[in-house]
Amino acid sequence: MSRRDRVADAPVMAKVGLTVNGQRRELDLDIRTSLLDAAREHLHLTGSKKGCDHGQCGACTMIVDGRRINACLTLAVMHQGSEITTIEGLGQPDNLHPMQAAFVKHDGYQCGYCTPGQICSGVAVLAEIEAGIPSHVTADLNAPIEVSAAEIRERMSGNICRCGAYSNIVEAMTAVAGRQA
Amino acid sequence: MRSFTYERPGTPAEAAAAVARTPEAKFIAGGTNLLDLMKLQIETPAHLVDVNGLGLDRIEATPEGGLRIGALVRNTDLAADARVRKDYGVLSRALLAGASGQLRNKATTAGNLLQRTRCPYFYDTAQACNKRRPGSGCSALDGVSRQLAVIGGSDACIATHPGDMAVAMRVLDATVETVDAEGTARRIPIAEFHRLPGDEPEIDTTLKIGELITAVTLPRPVAGTHIYRKVRDRASYAYALVSVAAILGKDGTGHVAFGGVAHKPWRVEAAEADLPRGAKAVTETVFAGAKPTHENAYKLKLAERTLGAALNQARA
Ligand SMILES: Cc1cc2nc3c(=O)[nH]c(=O)nc-3n(C[C@H](O)[C@H](O)[C@H](O)COP(=O)(O)OP(=O)(O)OC[C@H]3O[C@@H](n4cnc5c(N)ncnc54)[C@H](O)[C@@H]3O)c2cc1C
Ligand code: SF4
Ligand code: FES
Ligand code: FES
Repeated sequence: MSRRDRVADAPVMAKVGLTVNGQRRELDLDIRTSLLDAAREHLHLTGSKKGCDHGQCGACTMIVDGRRINACLTLAVMHQGSEITTIEGLGQPDNLHPMQAAFVKHDGYQCGYCTPGQICSGVAVLAEIEAGIPSHVTADLNAPIEVSAAEIRERMSGNICRCGAYSNIVEAMTAVAGRQA
Repeated sequence: MRSFTYERPGTPAEAAAAVARTPEAKFIAGGTNLLDLMKLQIETPAHLVDVNGLGLDRIEATPEGGLRIGALVRNTDLAADARVRKDYGVLSRALLAGASGQLRNKATTAGNLLQRTRCPYFYDTAQACNKRRPGSGCSALDGVSRQLAVIGGSDACIATHPGDMAVAMRVLDATVETVDAEGTARRIPIAEFHRLPGDEPEIDTTLKIGELITAVTLPRPVAGTHIYRKVRDRASYAYALVSVAAILGKDGTGHVAFGGVAHKPWRVEAAEADLPRGAKAVTETVFAGAKPTHENAYKLKLAERTLGAALNQARA
């Protein structure tokens, strides 16, 4: 009998401890649970969206241990002890993160489905440029990187927007970057 | 997704032993390829061995003047490393041309080398595919083959290695370092790491079961303009139709490998002496014996022109 038959498809459970938006959370999860499903289904943090569930759209983008990732393509159990920031932790309706405020001001969305992922990605993109991480469009790999529309567009290509709010997203991010400078 | 058990060992030898000992076990690193395929039940491991805690995440100088890149170094960190940007620009460029910022933050050096093909029939479990189900047939031979291999394929499979990083590793003459369940270390030249499909297309590489990649080493830097040109259907976040990784001097001398054309990064060293004579002279030799389909014959011309563009870039 193969191991596959022995394990059958009975769920295997695991205890997972995460720090989500500054709060320590303990969960009892089927080991197959993605970080995205852990947040949405178990912690009821439904800001992060599931678009494709295959790493193709960016709607599930979260900031994990300081880095933006696709929460649909990682297992919660692989993030024991990780620090996770979702859109809910970035800012709240009466206390908006500057990127959230800029999306509102510059009309960086229409239906809003991709928006939590866009905003988490947008915040991380500006941090990546600040940290000197180059991109495909960076002309000189060994020179400081400027925040430009071309840099923002390339770095945001992992976040798809069906409504086509792209140009306003670039404006919102440019405004926030200008304020940071 | 099928159910599985999970463990997170503390040393490379333990990890290798865990996969070798447990039937249907697999390593998991960034998970960006494996979990995608598990959701589709194309991969159905019964046990996952998480290699993220093995301390294989450093980039170190070697005594020979090269670099040793840990298997778990993230694609973002490798592309952004100051030594890689300065001395191995083709590698930074190839990494940055691949996937998205989110994916590069997770994807690892070893996982990237081992990413599986993007042949549409490999992904469609309703179709015959020898790579996914040995002996079932190859739907691509008479099907949609626009993205697939033009050289080195077989009657059983014409899939490509879809990645960018490995093409740069090939032109840099990288070496893959591994350890097996007995703790024995092995060094595999990148040229011998990926295999051609032949009549066993289900096997992508020369790794043994349970053999863990610990690092990839690069020899001393090679002088010249480091170039990675990737031609794709959109400007960002798409796989290569054809790519060229090259290190070239102003006189056109240098080295070149091609991506998107075969089951492995495609390099024919003997053709490189012709680089100063221009792209056509080189690609005639590199792609001698090519067997494109009616849908992907365009890749031969595209490879020639992309190399031509790289030669112009080096001269500028
Ligand atoms: C939407 C999308 C677009 C993409 N676009 C591109 C692109 O344009 N260019 C490109 O190059 N790539 C692209 N990728 C692929 C991406 O680069 C790979 O998914 C990634 O590099 C895999 O690395 P990982 O660490 O996540 O691997 P995993 O998914 O963790 O593992 C992949 C395989 O490697 C094995 N493995 C992992 N570590 C080891 C080890 N140390 N030793 C032995 N075996 C090991 C695993 O068992 C598994 O079989 C894309 C992916 C997605 C989802
Ligand atoms: S080309 Fe290879 S991967 Fe694609 S259908 Fe044929 S056997 Fe499968
Ligand atoms: S839901 Fe994760 S990338 Fe689409
Ligand atoms: S605002 Fe509707 S998908 Fe982006």
